[in-house]
Amino acid sequence: MNFELTDEQRAFADSLDSLLSSADTALVARAWAEGDHAPGLKLWERLAEQGLTMLATEATPVEVCLAFEALGRHAVPGPWVEAAAYLPTALGVEVEGIATVAVPPHAPRALDADVADTVYLAGPDGLTEATVGEKHGSVDLARHLFDVEAGGTAPEDAAFDLAVLATAAQLLGAGERVLADSVTYVKQRRQFGREIGSYQAIKHQLADVRIALDFARPLVYGAALDPTPRAVSAAKVMCGDAAYLASRTGLQVHGAIGYTQEFDLSIWINKIRALVTAWGTPAFHRARILDSLVEA
Amino acid sequence: MDLQLTESELAFQAEARAWLAANVPSEPLPSMDTAEGWRLHQEWEAKLTADRWSVVSWPKDYHGREASLIEWVIFEEEYYRAGAPGRVSQNGIFLLAPIIFDHGTKEQQDRFLPTMASGEKVWAQCWSEPEAGSDLASLKSTARRDDERGGWVLNGQKIWCSRASYAHWGFGLFRSDPSAQKHAGLTYFLFPMDAEGITVRPIAQLDGEAGFAEVFYDDVFVPDSDVLGAPGDGWRVAMSTAGNERGLSLRSPGRFCAAADRLVDLYRERPDARVGDRVVDAWLKAEAYRVYTWGTVSRLAEGGEMGAAGSVNKVWWSELDIALHETALDLLGPDAELESRWLDGYTFALSGPIYAGTNEIQRNIIAERILGLPREPKGAQR
Repeated sequence: MNFELTDEQRAFADSLDSLLSSADTALVARAWAEGDHAPGLKLWERLAEQGLTMLATEATPVEVCLAFEALGRHAVPGPWVEAAAYLPTALGVEVEGIATVAVPPHAPRALDADVADTVYLAGPDGLTEATVGEKHGSVDLARHLFDVEAGGTAPEDAAFDLAVLATAAQLLGAGERVLADSVTYVKQRRQFGREIGSYQAIKHQLADVRIALDFARPLVYGAALDPTPRAVSAAKVMCGDAAYLASRTGLQVHGAIGYTQEFDLSIWINKIRALVTAWGTPAFHRARILDSLVEA
Repeated sequence: MDLQLTESELAFQAEARAWLAANVPSEPLPSMDTAEGWRLHQEWEAKLTADRWSVVSWPKDYHGREASLIEWVIFEEEYYRAGAPGRVSQNGIFLLAPIIFDHGTKEQQDRFLPTMASGEKVWAQCWSEPEAGSDLASLKSTARRDDERGGWVLNGQKIWCSRASYAHWGFGLFRSDPSAQKHAGLTYFLFPMDAEGITVRPIAQLDGEAGFAEVFYDDVFVPDSDVLGAPGDGWRVAMSTAGNERGLSLRSPGRFCAAADRLVDLYRERPDARVGDRVVDAWLKAEAYRVYTWGTVSRLAEGGEMGAAGSVNKVWWSELDIALHETALDLLGPDAELESRWLDGYTFALSGPIYAGTNEIQRNIIAERILGLPREPKGAQR
């Protein structure tokens, strides 16, 4: 029994984090939002070279979660959950190039179908190539969602569960980022002659975010070690709640500057809002947990 | 990274489970804060001790079995899953014992630990004073040097002393050097509750039982042999193990997991879809605490320290305990107000965010020591 990351896992997470820290990912996300995919595609290639697209088939869910936590922390745009979690699990092989997928009813539209080499539709009989329809904007400006022709309900299988878990990890990373940036901000911002971070009204809110994230994290890595539907849903609910608390608190302690699109915080606030209901709403996952508890 | 138990840990788990199944009383004991309940809880402690289950992580010389931290967590989980009684000796074995192990003399260890482990002597924590709660270091009760008799003379008043209504011994901090700065000049004392000059006034708690008491000290003599650590060093002695893994800060998940399981059982008996999400959320909090604790235990086993993470822990378990019991009461509907184990648990849970450092103090610690936020300017001091 050792619930600590191994040295190798830690080194992998650190190298990914330093790569992304120097990649100006906020700018990449802003360009992606405006339809300029070039910087994002270049970053995709670099991350694929680091092995991110083969983790689902070649490594364990722990490495998948480490990667998605980093993607969330740095707000990396693109259909990563689709191409690096769902599809390789469903297809049994690493995806060549960029692919995306619609998985109704929980992910009914294909994310970023305009950049994908292949667009799939998951249904009761497996994967088919999708016919892409209308494009929709998201609260997360870097997410573009495309209608696909109506299909049946896709199963809640291992591919679905890994996509849910990857989304949970992304929420965890995004929540950690908002907390870190908020702590930095309240240490600089002064009002009434002192840093606003010295007031308990601010401290206690940020402490609650720290607590929520600290207790969400083990559910992600616990689920990675034993990805049962219940464990995966537990991770998604707790990470969604914790990241959403981080985003609401982060916005509040930043005040008006946080409410601007120009300030980078907006990228994470909007991403978290989108991911909370992506790959199964909190209500769906809570119901799935309750069903499994009552049946047990 | 793995969550697998070793064969010897599994064997330990099986042994604990079998012993508990054979020995846990089938009916819950009366409250430990009644005369009859107190006696029965002491008897239960003696039974645990006879088979070395009362303090599994302690040395063999003191009734322990030198269990690892992981085994201790396993034992706690089994203990509460089996519905075993609350621990009347917990202030001693979880709060005081770590300090005696670290700062006590061999003579003190030999004299105090065996009877503490067996429940023969139950200890009360005499910590707060009427004017010193969260701001504990502002305490005013005094210890005056008595060279002639070789000891100290205590005067003053302590309050909210858990178990003091029936306890045999107490422990607390007293101001031994009135000229020293706030945290300096405090000394850690151990004293029999029936010492001359001690008056105990039980205080009825929210549920009507005398779970804590007020304690008055009127020229109470304590010999040097009952001072814990060096005179004047009491604050450091008390705080050095405040975040210790054997302390209350690492509260084992067992009790909460057992309550979460019972909550799910209750939902099966009385399903109410309107409360379903809250059942899930309460269960999730307990599950998160269970898995989180394996991380803490792994870190401590590798030589890491609890530090301010103890505050993160404390806020979480105290609030999750309330969430579990509130949800159960909502499921019970009109029966919720009737006497029941859930109601007892609820009333007890309400004290969690207050004792062992209020959750507001814990949030200050998290903000200042973990997030690195600036300290708030302190108000005027004595």
